[in-house]
Amino acid sequence: MISLIIDGIKVEVPENTTVLQAARKANIKIPTLCYLEGINAIGACRMCLVEMIEGGRGLQASCVLPAANGMVVSTKSKAVQDARKVNLELILSNHDKRCLSCVRNRNCELQKICEELGVEDVSYEGASVDRPLDMMSPSIVRDPNKCILCRRCVAVCNNVQKVGAVGATQRGFKTIVEPVFGKSLNDVLCINCGQCITACPVGALYEKSEIDNVWAALGDKSKYVVVQTAPAVRFGLGEEFGIPSGNSVTGKMATALHRIGFDKVFDTDFAADLTIMEEGTELLSRINNGGKLPMITSCSPGWIKYCELFFPDFLDNLSTCKSPHEMEGALIKSYYAQKMGIDPKSIYVVSIMPCTAKKFEKEREELVNDGLPNVDAVLTTRELARMIKQSNIDFANLPEEDFDRMLGESTGAAVIFGATGGVMEAALRTVADILTGEDLKDIDYKAVRGIEGVKEATVSVAGMDLNVAVANGTGNAKKLLEAVRAGEKNYHFIEIMGCPGGCVTGGGQPIVSSQDRMNFDPKVLRAKATYAEDANMQKRKSHKNAEVQQLYKEFLGEPNGHKSHELLHTHYHQRPKYK
Amino acid sequence: MVNVDEKLMRDELISFIEEQKKKPGPLMPIMQKAQSLYGALTFEVQELISEQLGIPMSDVYGVATFYSQFALQPKGEHIVSVCMGTACYVRNVEKVMEKMIEELGINPGETTKDNKFTLEATRCLGCCGLAPVMMIDDQVYGRLTPSDVPDILAKYTD
Repeated sequence: MISLIIDGIKVEVPENTTVLQAARKANIKIPTLCYLEGINAIGACRMCLVEMIEGGRGLQASCVLPAANGMVVSTKSKAVQDARKVNLELILSNHDKRCLSCVRNRNCELQKICEELGVEDVSYEGASVDRPLDMMSPSIVRDPNKCILCRRCVAVCNNVQKVGAVGATQRGFKTIVEPVFGKSLNDVLCINCGQCITACPVGALYEKSEIDNVWAALGDKSKYVVVQTAPAVRFGLGEEFGIPSGNSVTGKMATALHRIGFDKVFDTDFAADLTIMEEGTELLSRINNGGKLPMITSCSPGWIKYCELFFPDFLDNLSTCKSPHEMEGALIKSYYAQKMGIDPKSIYVVSIMPCTAKKFEKEREELVNDGLPNVDAVLTTRELARMIKQSNIDFANLPEEDFDRMLGESTGAAVIFGATGGVMEAALRTVADILTGEDLKDIDYKAVRGIEGVKEATVSVAGMDLNVAVANGTGNAKKLLEAVRAGEKNYHFIEIMGCPGGCVTGGGQPIVSSQDRMNFDPKVLRAKATYAEDANMQKRKSHKNAEVQQLYKEFLGEPNGHKSHELLHTHYHQRPKYK
Repeated sequence: MVNVDEKLMRDELISFIEEQKKKPGPLMPIMQKAQSLYGALTFEVQELISEQLGIPMSDVYGVATFYSQFALQPKGEHIVSVCMGTACYVRNVEKVMEKMIEELGINPGETTKDNKFTLEATRCLGCCGLAPVMMIDDQVYGRLTPSDVPDILAKYTD
């Protein structure tokens, strides 16, 4: 153990602890901007400066300063406060300060630190460069005028996701965070995952909003507007309304969507159950008929694009299942439309997703049936929160309603899709029942739960050993696939989610500040709420979903049948890294 | 012929990268080698370095744009370096630069379409007594006025 004194308080910490982390143990919150725990610690912004009284000299950045025995530091001396303020004002000098119309207004780490440090005036009104916004990506808008060069997006994109779409270029005043050769994010190897957005402390990166399109559709009397919500949305949305992380708001969300005025409120969880029927059947058929193994899940469009860009030799391993919301969209415009006698051309499908890659996915040419896109608009969880606010809805105090029938029922297996390992567990629940012909009671596959980057398990079902693996975040997927490619690992089935933690911490979910991330891990809390909701469900296996059973009986026939292939399955293709 | 040269340069760069990979901090020497071979770190060259080293191209590009020794496009036949140092600045070199931009039709850091001239804004050339000053290749031109520019350029355009 190491013992040091911070602001007169004696603190004991293990070795390899920074002074910043040590201070938090003594309930001292040193301000930070460029620091993002576990992702970025580069001492660049100088907000976390501390004054060395003993065991060192001058002012040091505490995020990269290892705690040492006998160290005495001050986090709030006059010298520290003055230096922080000067540095902060220099950051502000060329920052686009139009906060009132900024997407991160009141959820901005720069705003917050100005308040906390007591910045009253910006002493240096520096030259500002009016740089164009990059709006060409269907998922992400990049505004260099708001960027404070903290490099958190660069760290998450390069080091965590192993993509490398953006970097710091040029030098000095001209420094800018951008893709190579000044290209648009749309023309480089960006996988649209949006992890850069949730890492950004300010409004320099945000989703390409489709709210206006959705309001226009809702106001158009000739349109029948149907909404669906992804499994993970309900475990994050409450945070936008002051409900603490780790709470589910399923019922309130359904109420809010009804009140906004959607003609039907369906649940993508229904299609998650359907995905298990299709994907589970596909897996068993690949195993029994010598098909390509390991089969890899295809729910995450960020992962799919990563595979198309970086691992094209694995494209045949991908399940041909469309992602759940695309399945749901395809069924709304066929099965539901037929049954209700609605012209599919008048239907406008809105998907509420924890994801920015789904905005890219919905534009894929393959995801069209009878000339109509399966999904017309994708909103992130954050955009839904904005729509709820624009609708004057007191969300936190809403009563709880249910989803609408026909495409709205779901089981616990679908509920857990949003957490890493959830799709795997849901598939195992159904596959095990099919193989044994029983209604198994022991259905908690805990080996595939948890936030570790790569998990693996061998599951014995009906005399068969099923080798499975789960990866979350494309950096972990890379590690796993390289081991498979090298022949070091042999699996039957792999679940991959593009975002670390899975969809509950997707790029479209509510943003948790770097300071809050030091107190709790949203990956853990949102997953906990997910598994709690599953445990409370009456039905916890996808094949028990009565509306799914009815769909097969009345419309699809059987899983992986002709109609399913037409509506619910797709294909993939290699992509060039740069345009 | 061109294709053979391309292939030779590519092979030489790849074997140099293989060699450098074994040492710590291989990126800078590789980029210097690539620039000396190709004359510039074009998109294709940076993509090759990124693939061979297994690092994101954004890392290569970041270094390429950080150091002025690296060029993204091949330079022209003649390099026009206009001094923007303090002494030249106070002696109105800006007007000379403006005239140069007008005559060549390019901004500092760019190369004319015919690959004849590359225009650069440079730091002090060390002959402040001649301010405002510029160099074209190894030749120094001092005590410049904007009206000198067309005549000087004419010497190089035949």
